[in-house]
Amino acid sequence: MRLSYPTNVKVIQVPCTGRVDIIHLLKAIEEGADGVYVAGCLEGECHYLAGNLKAKKRVKYVKKVLEEIGMEPDRVEMFNMSSSEGPRFAAVAREMTEKIKALGPSPVRSNS
Amino acid sequence: MKAGSNLEKVLTAGIFAITGECGPPRGANAEVVREKAKFLKGNVDSVNVTDNQTAVVRMSSLGASLILIQEGVEPNLQMTARDRNRIAVQSDILGAYALGIRNMLCLSGDHQKFGDHPEAKNVFDLDSMQLIQTVKKMRDEGTLINGHKLDGAPKMFIGCAANPFADPFEFRVYRLANKIDAGADFVQTQCIYNLERFRKWVDQANDMGLLENVFLMGGVTPMKSVGMAKYMKNSVPGMDVPDEIIKRLQGVPKGDQAKEGIKIAVETIHQLREMKGIAGVHLMAIEWEERVPEIVEMAGMLPRPVL
Amino acid sequence: MIVGERKPLGDILDMIKDYKKVLVVGCKGCVTVCNVGGEKEVGILASSIRISRKKDGNEITVDERTLERQCDPEYVDQLKDIVSDYDAMVSIACGVGPQFLAERYPDAAVYPGINTQFMGGALEHGVWAERCQGCGACLVHNFGGHCPIARCSKSLLHGPCGGSSGGKCEISKDVDCVWHLIVEKLAKQGKMDSLRKLVPTKNWSTSRDGGPRKVVREDLKL
Repeated sequence: MRLSYPTNVKVIQVPCTGRVDIIHLLKAIEEGADGVYVAGCLEGECHYLAGNLKAKKRVKYVKKVLEEIGMEPDRVEMFNMSSSEGPRFAAVAREMTEKIKALGPSPVRSNS
Repeated sequence: MKAGSNLEKVLTAGIFAITGECGPPRGANAEVVREKAKFLKGNVDSVNVTDNQTAVVRMSSLGASLILIQEGVEPNLQMTARDRNRIAVQSDILGAYALGIRNMLCLSGDHQKFGDHPEAKNVFDLDSMQLIQTVKKMRDEGTLINGHKLDGAPKMFIGCAANPFADPFEFRVYRLANKIDAGADFVQTQCIYNLERFRKWVDQANDMGLLENVFLMGGVTPMKSVGMAKYMKNSVPGMDVPDEIIKRLQGVPKGDQAKEGIKIAVETIHQLREMKGIAGVHLMAIEWEERVPEIVEMAGMLPRPVL
Repeated sequence: MIVGERKPLGDILDMIKDYKKVLVVGCKGCVTVCNVGGEKEVGILASSIRISRKKDGNEITVDERTLERQCDPEYVDQLKDIVSDYDAMVSIACGVGPQFLAERYPDAAVYPGINTQFMGGALEHGVWAERCQGCGACLVHNFGGHCPIARCSKSLLHGPCGGSSGGKCEISKDVDCVWHLIVEKLAKQGKMDSLRKLVPTKNWSTSRDGGPRKVVREDLKL
C-alpha cells in the first residue's frame, strides 16, 4: 500500500502510546508545532493492556493546559486505529491537517 | 447619624466623650452587673461590656449589655472573633440590635491560651478587620456577608480597638488606617501610660489625615497599686508602662498608691483633652467601677450631656 | 504524605507576569509521590509557562530545578549560587517550600505553584484522601483505627450524628461517614462497649489551636 499523507506530519515512533507523556506533547507545542496527535491502537487492543488509555488521559490533560493558557485545545488530539489500517492512518493525517489548517498557525510560533 | 446611639450623638456634637467599661461576672449573678451600672450611670456616655476578656469565661457580653439597658446605661457591646464563626457573628449582631444594642466594638480577641480554658478550640473565622466590615455591610447595605438581603438592618455605631504600643510601631498607624477603611466609626485605644509614644502615634495619624474620619478615644486605666503597675508592665502583652509611672507610685506610701494612680489617670485625661484629634477617653477602671464617679469628676467632665 | 494540587495555570502566570527569568523549584518529597511537585511536574509547569509566554510574544526564560526536599535548609541552600540569576522562583513544594525559600533568600521573589491540601494517603493511583489533621494527640486507636477529627466533617468524638445516611456523610454522598466505619469496625471486633463511654472534652492546645507548634529534640540537636 503506497498511501500518501500530508508531508507536514512528522512521525515520531514509540513502542506504545503509553510511552507518550504530557511533557512530550507540551514540548512539541513549545517548539512550535501547530498541532500534535497521538495515533494509538484501538481501545481494548493495547499489547501492554492500557497504554493507549493512559495516552488518552494525557492528551486530555494537555488539552486542559492549552485551554488554561488560552490556546485551542483542538491542537492536540488522540486517534485510535489498528496497525493494519493503513488507509485510516492516512485519513487521520489528512483530517488532523485540515483541522489544524483551519485553526491557523500556532501563536507560539507566529508571536515569537 | 448612623446608629443614633448616645455615644454617637455626644461625639458628633463635638463634645469630649467618655466611655466606661464593665466586665461581666464569672457567674450568672445579674446583681453584679446592676451594682457596677450604678457607678457608671450618668458618669459616662456609654459602657463597654467585655466579651470573655482575656479568654476567661464570663456572663455573655450580650446578656450583661441587656442588664445595663435595663439599668438605664447605654452599652457598647464588645464582640470577639475568637469564639464565633461568621454564622454566629452575624446572628448575634442581629439579635443584639433587635434587643436595643446600638454600639459595637469589634475585636479579634485574646488567644484562649491566656484564659481559663487553654484547651479550647479557637475559631477566628473572621479577624477584627473583617468583623468591622461585616457590621458595616449589614448596617449600610442591609445584607449579610453572602449578600443575602436582611429584613431589618442592624444600625450599629461601629467601634474598633487600636494599640499604639504593640510592635512593630511603624505599622500601627497603617493598621488604624485599615480599620477606618474597613468601616470603624470610633476607635478606643489600649491603656495609655507612655504619653510620648502615644503622641507620636497620634501625630502620624493626624499627618495622614486619619482622625478627620474617625472618633479616636484614648484608653485610660487607673493603677490601683505598684503591684498592678508591675504586672501590667511585665505580664500583659502589648502594654507599655514606663518606669517613671512605677517610680511615682513607689514614691508614695502604700495606702496612697490608689489615690496616686487615680491622679495619674486624671492627668492623662487632661493631656488627651489637649491633643489634636482626640475625641474622648475610654476609662477602663478594671474591677474598680466604684471609683469612676470621682475620676470623671476630677477630670472635670461632669455633668455628662443629655442629648 | 502532604497532598497538594497545582494552582490554576492562569494564577501562576499572573503571579510572574512581570518577570523575564524564573526558576521553577520542585521537591522530591511528598509532592513527588502525589505527582504534583516533582521533577516531572516541574518540567510540565515550566513548559506550560514557556508556551503561554511565547504565545503572547513575551518570551521568558524558565529554568528547572528539583531539590531533594524543600523543608530542610541544607537542600534549600543548594540554590545559593543561582538564586540571584532569577527574577523570581515558583516553588511547587507544599506550603513549607516557598516559605523556606523565602526565609533562606530574603531578597528573592518567591511564589507558590501549588495549593497544599492535607495529610493523607493514596486510595488508588491518582486518588488521595485526608487522614490526619495533626491535632498533636493521636487517638485513632480508640476509634477502630479511624480518625474522627480528620475524617468526620464535624470532628465529632461521639458520632455518628443524625446526618449519617447509608454510610455517607450529610455534606456529600462522596464523603464516607467515618463514624459509620468506626461503628462497623468495632462491631465486627466485638468492641462496641468502647463506644458507650463518654469521651471527655478534647484538649485542643496540642493542635493548631494552641498556636504555631515546634518540635525540639535535644538528643538530635548538633
